[in-house]
Amino acid sequence: MNETIIDAQGLDLTFQTNDGPVHALKDVSLTIGKGDFVSFIGPSGCGKTTFLRCIAGLETPTGGSLSVNGMTPDEARRKRAYGYVFQAAGLYPWRTIAKNVKLPLEIMGFSREEQERRADRVLELVDLKGFGAKYPWQLSGGMQQRASIARALAFDAGILLMDEPFGALDEIVRDHLNEQLLALWARTEKTIGFVTHSIPEAVYLSTRIVVMSPRPGRITDVIESPLPKERPLDIRDTPEFLDVAHRVREGLRAGHAYDG
Amino acid sequence: MRAALPVLTVLAAILLLWYLAVAPMNIRGALDLAERSGRAVTPETPLARQDVSVWRLMAQNPGQIAAAYELDRPRLPTPQQVGGELWKTTGEMALRGRAMSKRSLIYHAAVTLRSTLWGFVLGTALGILGAVAIVYSRVVDMSLMPWAIISQTIPIVALAPMIIVLSSQLGIEGRGVPKAIIAAYLCYFPVLVGMVKGLRAPAPSQLDLLQTYSASGLQVFLKLRLPSSVPYLFTSLKIGIAASLVGTIVGELPTGAISGLGARILIGDQFGTPLAIWAALLAAALMAGALVTLLDLLQRITLKRMGMQA
Repeated sequence: MNETIIDAQGLDLTFQTNDGPVHALKDVSLTIGKGDFVSFIGPSGCGKTTFLRCIAGLETPTGGSLSVNGMTPDEARRKRAYGYVFQAAGLYPWRTIAKNVKLPLEIMGFSREEQERRADRVLELVDLKGFGAKYPWQLSGGMQQRASIARALAFDAGILLMDEPFGALDEIVRDHLNEQLLALWARTEKTIGFVTHSIPEAVYLSTRIVVMSPRPGRITDVIESPLPKERPLDIRDTPEFLDVAHRVREGLRAGHAYDG
Repeated sequence: MRAALPVLTVLAAILLLWYLAVAPMNIRGALDLAERSGRAVTPETPLARQDVSVWRLMAQNPGQIAAAYELDRPRLPTPQQVGGELWKTTGEMALRGRAMSKRSLIYHAAVTLRSTLWGFVLGTALGILGAVAIVYSRVVDMSLMPWAIISQTIPIVALAPMIIVLSSQLGIEGRGVPKAIIAAYLCYFPVLVGMVKGLRAPAPSQLDLLQTYSASGLQVFLKLRLPSSVPYLFTSLKIGIAASLVGTIVGELPTGAISGLGARILIGDQFGTPLAIWAALLAAALMAGALVTLLDLLQRITLKRMGMQA
């Protein structure tokens, strides 16, 4: 296996809420290698987003160990190890697309020329060349989300963490963006952690699919995808694809068995 | 034009109601005057008329209704009379080069405007600083916010004289400073509330995003919270400037003030010259309208330049 980028061992996370403790993650162990495209799928409350937030250092696990690039998540964040894409594009309405993409660069103290150069490059990467001077409200939802991906790519992090980035978009736009994301992944060789609700999306995109189940949030199955790296959209009609999708569905069902 | 039509319709309705109200409001005065000049009115004496309703008086003396619209000291002057008085004390005096005479409303409006603007600047500054403190400190949020709310439940007419007395005790000359303080007292609250809302407007995911960049607190403030609050700020400023004007006029009401629109209203009341009261009132309303319109314009320009849809 390739070099380990993210390594979680026996990860536990309990939130203290007014209704008592909530076991968001229980004994989650997973390693993600360099260049992997790993999807997390499961019903709401299964901890997939929480796990991603732990990797990003936005949540602190209450037990177990977690390392990113061999560092703690906090250190890794300060070393700009990852870019994070949220479900809402979250572009600033008062900034142009280019200025939005430059936001992390400004904060990280890149020079003006460097900001310019990088913004141009990543906007081209997400197919938004020529839209830099537009404001977010002038773009469609799909384009906004592409801009937010460009923003996450701008500072050359090796890891891309995506939390249901296409969840709010319609099916057609989503297909298109999935295709683009795969192309982007092939070109940039990033390591991608991808949270989704959609089985076809998870199977189409991933080299590995992590099936999770709720109460307490845990991993129930990890599926290595047999699909080739080159994936045209119609690969979704092949028996291999349907096979993997079936296994994911089975995994989800197994995780749900006790509360049906 | 599309926006003007509804506004003009309402204005027309108000003017119509106003004109209709003039006759019943002034009929007694008109009859008194007619009686004194020897004309026949029914009932014949003011004492006898006291118990008769204005509607009956109008029905019994239809010939005197027209006079109700032309009294020198009417209970309710006609819009025309108020407009005439306003013009006489502003435009006409300005044309004669006496705009800053103490008899000119321009002079009094300028006095009021100066205190209003000082109060507005002071109140806005306090409101913004308070909001920043509240948003960034839980302790301040819990300790200051309730007091801010309580401060607005105290009637300003009760507080204004105390502020004036206290500031003169402190050796502050003139009315300018205490008036500005009263204005600021009314102005800071909408700004504070609006800015607290504005600074808290960013979604949690936007704050998380900045955290993934390891942004400093100052960067979060300057790049996210402050720009997010701009639309809220302008909305608050429009309320704030109107409140400032009200505060200033209230500050001009307690006896002793001789300049400012508030003083004009008080003096008009004391000397029984309703036209002066109404002219000052109209001047204050026009000034408030102009100030709010100005801020609205500034808001449109700013939001447009920021790229946000106004």
